[in-house]
Amino acid sequence: MAGVDFVDVRKSFGAFPVIKGVNIEIEDGEFVILVGPSGCGKSTLLRMLAGLENITAGEIRIGNRVVNRLPPKDRDIAMVFQNYALYPHMTVRDNMAFSLMLKASAKEDIDKRVGAAADILGLSRLLDRYPRQLSGGQRQRVAMGRAIVRDPQVFLFDEPLSNLDAKLRVAMRAEIKELHQRLKTTTVYVTHDQIEAMTMADKIVVMHDGIVEQIGAPLDLYDQPANLFVAGFIGSPAMNMLNGRLDANNPNAFLSVDGTALPVARPAAAARGRNLIYGLRPEYLSLDPNGLPAEVVVIEPTGYETQMIVKLAGAEVTGVFRERVNARPGETIRLAIDNQHVHLFDAETGRRLVD
Amino acid sequence: MQLIAAIVTMIAGVLACAAYFWATNFVLDWIFPSKGLSGAAASRNLRITNAIRPWLFLAPALFALTIYLIYPVIQSVYLSFHGRAGQNFVGLRNYAWMVNDGEFRQSIFNNFLWLLVVPALSTFFGLIIAALTDRIWWGNIAKTLIFMPMAISFVGAAVIWKFIYDYRSAGSEQIGLLNAIVVALGGEPQAWITLPFWNNFFLMVILIWIQTGFAMVILSAALRGIPEETIEAAVIDGANGWQIFFKIMVPQIWGTIAVVWTTITILVLKVFDIVLAMTNGQWQSQVLANLMFDWMFRGGGDFGRGASIAVVIMILVIPIMIWNIRNAAKETAGH
Repeated sequence: MAGVDFVDVRKSFGAFPVIKGVNIEIEDGEFVILVGPSGCGKSTLLRMLAGLENITAGEIRIGNRVVNRLPPKDRDIAMVFQNYALYPHMTVRDNMAFSLMLKASAKEDIDKRVGAAADILGLSRLLDRYPRQLSGGQRQRVAMGRAIVRDPQVFLFDEPLSNLDAKLRVAMRAEIKELHQRLKTTTVYVTHDQIEAMTMADKIVVMHDGIVEQIGAPLDLYDQPANLFVAGFIGSPAMNMLNGRLDANNPNAFLSVDGTALPVARPAAAARGRNLIYGLRPEYLSLDPNGLPAEVVVIEPTGYETQMIVKLAGAEVTGVFRERVNARPGETIRLAIDNQHVHLFDAETGRRLVD
Repeated sequence: MQLIAAIVTMIAGVLACAAYFWATNFVLDWIFPSKGLSGAAASRNLRITNAIRPWLFLAPALFALTIYLIYPVIQSVYLSFHGRAGQNFVGLRNYAWMVNDGEFRQSIFNNFLWLLVVPALSTFFGLIIAALTDRIWWGNIAKTLIFMPMAISFVGAAVIWKFIYDYRSAGSEQIGLLNAIVVALGGEPQAWITLPFWNNFFLMVILIWIQTGFAMVILSAALRGIPEETIEAAVIDGANGWQIFFKIMVPQIWGTIAVVWTTITILVLKVFDIVLAMTNGQWQSQVLANLMFDWMFRGGGDFGRGASIAVVIMILVIPIMIWNIRNAAKETAGH
């Protein structure tokens, strides 16, 4: 097993840069997820690590060995593709054994490793089937089995769950996480689904437009987003963002564009006098008879929680409430804001203003 | 003037078709009306018209197929049991003659040679060229050039190759390309297409030259249909170029290769024009189709013997045809 380092990695297609200087340190045994909207370069970065794309500049190291010029097979990695990429003309057994057969491993050794991987993934009864005879989830498992038998230093996953239906996706998510806890192999996983990233990763790398926006543990990203992009990308429903600035007379109040004063606990000194964005996650709104007036626009009860879109301080704000709310669209309710969980961002740079 | 006549004919044909469909439909609805009737009667009439209508629309096509396909088959079988003029019944005598005829055996042997060589080489070259041209920038130009012979008629191709194999006696200037090369290299000029046994292969080259383009186009499309990810997966699994080609790509297009192979095989069984134009079956290069033509239409014609050879060709083609159609259906079912 080994860690992975990206050192100022760049990639251009012709004159068009897609990866603009990426630095990531991945420790041995870590489960790291690259997440970002489509076109952010996350898949390209993974393919560069796999050796399927050239590296224009910078260095990629696997276990302290620079792999820039190594062909994929010498990098000691295994990859799981979005469309599974199973060999349709081979049985499950041959799909899993293919890499070992190319290495001319001993027959008993191949059988042992394929058998072990099949056991782990519950594929033992399916070994003689062809991919076309399997369901989506089973194919996904075979693709993982193909990676496992190689016992590589690093597992690469390229959006492996995006072809599965919602229910299966949740199940496979848990399965992949469990697999990682069992094998403890360094894993780099690409997805555009922030829920997947939050639930599975030890460490999340948020990418946007060819650069890394923030690296951190899932809950750190959630609680301390470094900038507006991360704040908006991580979390569902998304963080509410209101324009305005701090009240010159009262540093603990934020004046939104319509003049409503919103509470701030510890405003950073740097925040004074600047155009700001007030970030508030939906769950930090609560029903409070002494709170701010808010007009209900949409109310969506799910049973477990109630999600509401309300007009608050001149903007449409989403709130999530654990209690059941009896309100109709058009009614005015009163909401309090938990000022301990308010984020302030500079409106120009988009950066978080830290106290 | 001719152009206008052609266009008028075309329009009239299309209109006649439309009129046929409209009129038959109208008559059907008139005999079994469903509008204005109530309940059971209407639904019964609707069922009847729905059962009849497809047959009505198919009728012209079925009629044409019967006249131009089924009738000739039956007539050929009938003729093969009759004498020269196709009148007096001779039983299996034509077939008995065939089995003992040296030229027929020669033809069977030659056809068998063609069958072994042409489909195999055409498909093989087509596959290799398709794989190679997919990767180079001038691949499309190369493909166009290789595909071009497909556009030439077999007789035209034979004429071109006649010039390549052309023979002038030693000492005089060789206008045949092959002999020019042989002489330039210090060899003796040969009358290539008169060399028994080997001339078969010289004729086969022509068909391979034509059919490689066909194989290439179909296989190139099939190769492009292979999911890129399976190839990338193989790269990561550690396969080299050869292994990717033979263990990952070729197995995924086996179905298409089989269809190409059998299609060319059927064509080869019917090969006629090239042999007719090049040697007319002389110097032991006879094939079944040309032999059939000889007996049928030359020297006064012997309909019985000609037809019996035609029946043999048909019997040889049918199993391959069935297999070919099954394979093609299997291929398309996957998509």
